[in-house]
Amino acid sequence: MRALAILLRRDLRLGFRRPGELATPLLFFVMATVLFPLGLSPRPDLLATVAPGVLWVAALLAGIVGQESLFKSDHEDGTLEQLLLGPAPLELVALTRVFSHWLMGGLPLVILSPLLGLMLDYPSAAFGTLLLSLLFGTLILSLLGAVGAALTVGLRQSGMLLPILVLPLAVPVLIFGAQSAAQAARGEDPTAALYLLGALLVLGVTLAPFAIAGALRISLES
Amino acid sequence: MNTSNWTWFHRLGSPPTLYRLADRLAPWFGWAAALGLAAGMYGGLWLAPTDYQQGDAFRIIYIHVPSAYLSMLCYALTAGASAVGLVWRMKLAHAVAVAAAPLGASFTFLALVTGSLWGKPMWGTYWVWDARLTSELILLFLYLGFLALNRAYEDPRSGERAAAVLALVGVVNLPIIHYSVVWWNTLHQGPTVFVGGGSDISPRMLAPLLVMLAAFTCYFVACLAKRVQAEILERERNAAWVKEMLEYS
Amino acid sequence: MKLELTAQGVTIWRGERCLVHGLSFSLGEGCILQLAGPNGAGKTSLMRVLAGIGRLDEGQVSWNGTPIRASADYRRELCYLGHSNALKSHLTSIENTNFYQSITEYSSQITSQQILERLGLASLADQPCGLLSMGQRRRTALGRLLIGHARLWLLDEPVSSLDAEGVSLVGNLLRAHVEQGGVAVLATHQPLPLDGLPVQRLELGTA
Repeated sequence: MRALAILLRRDLRLGFRRPGELATPLLFFVMATVLFPLGLSPRPDLLATVAPGVLWVAALLAGIVGQESLFKSDHEDGTLEQLLLGPAPLELVALTRVFSHWLMGGLPLVILSPLLGLMLDYPSAAFGTLLLSLLFGTLILSLLGAVGAALTVGLRQSGMLLPILVLPLAVPVLIFGAQSAAQAARGEDPTAALYLLGALLVLGVTLAPFAIAGALRISLES
Repeated sequence: MNTSNWTWFHRLGSPPTLYRLADRLAPWFGWAAALGLAAGMYGGLWLAPTDYQQGDAFRIIYIHVPSAYLSMLCYALTAGASAVGLVWRMKLAHAVAVAAAPLGASFTFLALVTGSLWGKPMWGTYWVWDARLTSELILLFLYLGFLALNRAYEDPRSGERAAAVLALVGVVNLPIIHYSVVWWNTLHQGPTVFVGGGSDISPRMLAPLLVMLAAFTCYFVACLAKRVQAEILERERNAAWVKEMLEYS
Repeated sequence: MKLELTAQGVTIWRGERCLVHGLSFSLGEGCILQLAGPNGAGKTSLMRVLAGIGRLDEGQVSWNGTPIRASADYRRELCYLGHSNALKSHLTSIENTNFYQSITEYSSQITSQQILERLGLASLADQPCGLLSMGQRRRTALGRLLIGHARLWLLDEPVSSLDAEGVSLVGNLLRAHVEQGGVAVLATHQPLPLDGLPVQRLELGTA
């Protein structure tokens, strides 16, 4: 739909006019990853064991915390109401927003992950699986995070509420994603886990927009 | 939709009707629960034979299993009531969901504590990353999220609707979460907590368990009825029917 | 088909307060409904309910006989101007106006430049809205009224922050809208130049 393409372009344009906001989740991802060797031990053999899990937990946290700002700005200046009253169905508007946000936040995270993998002694042979798992994973996390963002956008003091609501829901993504990365690192076949991630993504893309739109309407109703 | 089949349903949406129904149900289920708990505890603690593998430690299942079962039943109920509230715009359905959630969280907590207590004699440790216990833990987080979101809204009518959406998202996710945790657990060959004997469980062990299940369910219904009454009174405190009712008592 | 906005038994609760109770009205073609009342009386809440955004606790709002909840077209026929301007501060006024032009379903008869000219903002077209004054931003927001052919205008404090010239501009826009048979609901503290137009007054907050 024409309106959605315009919305996407507008989101990207706005995003690039405020590059600071884009960089924050990415920086969080890097810093969170760096904390683990500092907190555990810098020994390469230990790091190699925990690398898939560490990368995935850091990506999970960065992905979910990064969704906080998804609808905030539009809610504050009244644009969200206009989008609700606009011609495009709110479900598709939500999906477009999630995608534009992911392009600016999630995708860079995926691209950066092999570099962090190197720092944690993650085998480069497994980078393909790592990238693919994070590609699916960050998309799913964006959708889940968006549900949380939509539910909390109208709250004055939402604080940590968004992560609290969304982290339990993100457990399957974490399990399948980290497993696939770990299996690839050990030289085992990660396809089962990757398929499961793909299935979650399909489910997410089909169902999440309805939850997000419903939540946005409720956030706007009082 | 055939109106004659659904009028009873829509009548439940009327606060005085639901209040009176809850008032009538509570004592029956309460007494049934008391009797059932007494019978079940007697059967579980005295009549059931000692398990040859776990000794007497297994007897905690008489609390653990019903708690876990109720924790999930209650989440299904919360999600179901939330769906009714959102789809049919029945405000009292949200009252039921909001009343049920703390009960469900309590059952989940009880299941976790009893599961943990069971772990000590079984595995020597208070917590094992057993698939079912881990799923219960995540379920507790889902309940707490529901309660937190409901409270976070200033307008309670919007808060319960937001929490309802969260409950629906949670209920769809719950089987996926459980499956993923089981998958994770089997991959890492974690410990499993099982009831003595597996499939060929002795009927003297099973019967008190079923009695306890029924008793817990009755207890849940009785508590829920009372909580729903309290919710209704709070919402309708300025209504004429409440003032009339309180004048007569 | 005659245009009509009707409310039946509308009751609005926000938190512990009942803002509107059992309100019914009927607003026909070419008529204006002016909502009055002190701050916090429920004017904005009622406007948002009429827009289909706010939560309606009891009763029904209908447009041309169809309840708005069931009507997929309602959004298309209305233009809602809320308290906030719905402008992105980092976009210029012409970019903001272009955005709203592009997402409406109408093929617009008027370009964004022409809209800004009509609003007296032509010289500020390339200024980011964040740098404009409150009044200039409000005027930019008014541009949405000129896009498309919304038959129902819901204006919440349309003249807030506007100078005398801005107020008369709004008056003219309303006059033109109503003379073409449009319907409008206004919530405003300030008097508007609406002489000669059929205005119904509704006082909220008196209960």
